[in-house]
Amino acid sequence: MTTVPDPLVLPEQLTERRPDEARIARRERLKIILRSKTFLVGSVILLFWIFCAIFGEAVAPKDPFASDPLNRLASPSGDFWFGTDRLGRDVFSRVLAGAREILTVAPLATLLGTALGTALGLITGYFQGIVDDVIMRVMDALLAVPLVILALLALVALGPSNATVIIVIGIVFTPLVARTVRAAVLSESRLEYVQAARLRNEHAPYVMFAEILPNVLPPVIVEFTVRLGYAVFTIAALSFLGFGIQPPAPDWGLQIFESYGFISANIWWPVLFPALAIASLVVAVNLVADGVAHAFED
Amino acid sequence: MARFLLKRLGLAVVTLWILSIIVFVGAQVLPGNVGRAILGPLADKSVVDSLNEQLGVDRPLVVQYADWISSFFQGDLGQSLVFGRPVSGLVSDALVNSLKLAAVAFVIVVPLSIVGGIIAALHEGRLLDRFITVSGLSATVIPEFVSGILVILVFGLWLDLLPITAQAPEGSGFFTQLEYLILPAIPLVFVLFGYIARMARAGTIEALDADYTRTAMLKGLPQRVVIRRHVLRNALLPTIAVVATQTGYLIGGLVVIETLFNYQGIGRLIFQAARQKDFPLLESGVLVIGIVYLIATLLADLAYSLLNPRIRYAASE
Repeated sequence: MTTVPDPLVLPEQLTERRPDEARIARRERLKIILRSKTFLVGSVILLFWIFCAIFGEAVAPKDPFASDPLNRLASPSGDFWFGTDRLGRDVFSRVLAGAREILTVAPLATLLGTALGTALGLITGYFQGIVDDVIMRVMDALLAVPLVILALLALVALGPSNATVIIVIGIVFTPLVARTVRAAVLSESRLEYVQAARLRNEHAPYVMFAEILPNVLPPVIVEFTVRLGYAVFTIAALSFLGFGIQPPAPDWGLQIFESYGFISANIWWPVLFPALAIASLVVAVNLVADGVAHAFED
Repeated sequence: MARFLLKRLGLAVVTLWILSIIVFVGAQVLPGNVGRAILGPLADKSVVDSLNEQLGVDRPLVVQYADWISSFFQGDLGQSLVFGRPVSGLVSDALVNSLKLAAVAFVIVVPLSIVGGIIAALHEGRLLDRFITVSGLSATVIPEFVSGILVILVFGLWLDLLPITAQAPEGSGFFTQLEYLILPAIPLVFVLFGYIARMARAGTIEALDADYTRTAMLKGLPQRVVIRRHVLRNALLPTIAVVATQTGYLIGGLVVIETLFNYQGIGRLIFQAARQKDFPLLESGVLVIGIVYLIATLLADLAYSLLNPRIRYAASE
């Protein structure tokens, strides 16, 4: 007996097959990521700093906040591996404990910027026309001033704190993310599933967030990892200028801000070690981002 | 071509106008009570009020904005609260200093990174390529003040080769000034190298792959000629565009570098204005930077359209 194919079953089968394919593609992508050497090196360093951000204060040999007036600006020795700063605080302990603030503030700021940018990118790419023109003009104007300076202006006006740093960096990242997402949305909008959804008379927010968003997720994820590296870069620079993370946090950029005046007296230890820590963190985040971007490219 | 450039000019003007509103909001609306923000919570209310009146921030916002923007374009940028001097003089002096530093950085980085990118592309996939790409990437992502500190320690203090401040003594000649500017330029070179080299590498690889290159090879031109005449010309176009967009980035880097090296440029001026809450100086400084950036992008568009026959001919039709 031959069974007549029931046309009503077909779409169901199709929708059943799709998540499966998606899972295979995802596993494939994960394999590519894990095979990438840059990704592995980057994530080892990054995991080390994440460990320090959580347990750094506990494993540090000395209290990173305790000043020791007798041992101010002591050079590195068996007692103080990385020396002490102008208040006699142990630089080694402060480097270990210093990952916490930046590893909280930078991801939150990036998350905010990615979320806002994705929403704006979806709106401008979907509606196009006048909404698109106006929003993209404002974005261009924001991009005409370097991020650090824009952030400086906003932080002076609002007063520096971790919350304002997160908000300000999130907002200055928005145009950059929005541009990338908008480009991806523009090419998606021409595809049939979007037309179909429009013909079904779906609401615009539904089409944007439930239909288009899952399909533009790869560039969004890549954008997030790339921006994360840039957030660490920018927040470290703002902390170095005294407008980022505030004392008494043992943040690396802030440590350099507090001690770089001593450099000309050849007191290099309170500056060099936090500088190396920042460099290693930024390179690690970028290596991870590079691995992720490669996996999503093909 | 003229239409293309006019359109770009029009867009730049619109962008500038929106930017001026953003800056105005940042400096005169966001702080709420500007006088209070400057003088702090302990200041007497009558002092705050008189400062607000002196700054003119007690007037309606629209009036303030119109007044600020019209005097800005008449060259009157107001009076700096901290320095007690006209903002225009401070900003133009600082801008000249910054341009000197930026020029040194560009003169070093542009040839270096273009040659680096081309060499990497010609050795695509081999060890030399990987070395240039990876070192370029690492140099690009490390913040300028971090690499700045490293070069100060190594070249300024331990090897004692170069001065660690950027400000040459008053009245020194060209070469002395240059000597003082090399060390601060290096961190900027690091950051820019990666971007420009990456563009030059990508452009060269694309041009090497193109049909016209294969044709040139097949008709028996020597490799040297093919690369010079066919590959480089096409590879360098996108590189010019990226050099211009990096100008804006460079000015951001200047804030950090000029602060680290005690150099009285526009970046350090903005930093000082920010620390002292000198809002008139801050808003003019930021707007001037926006103008510099837009001029640089316009010049890049001009260079790009002069060099690119596709735009040159398309627009004249």
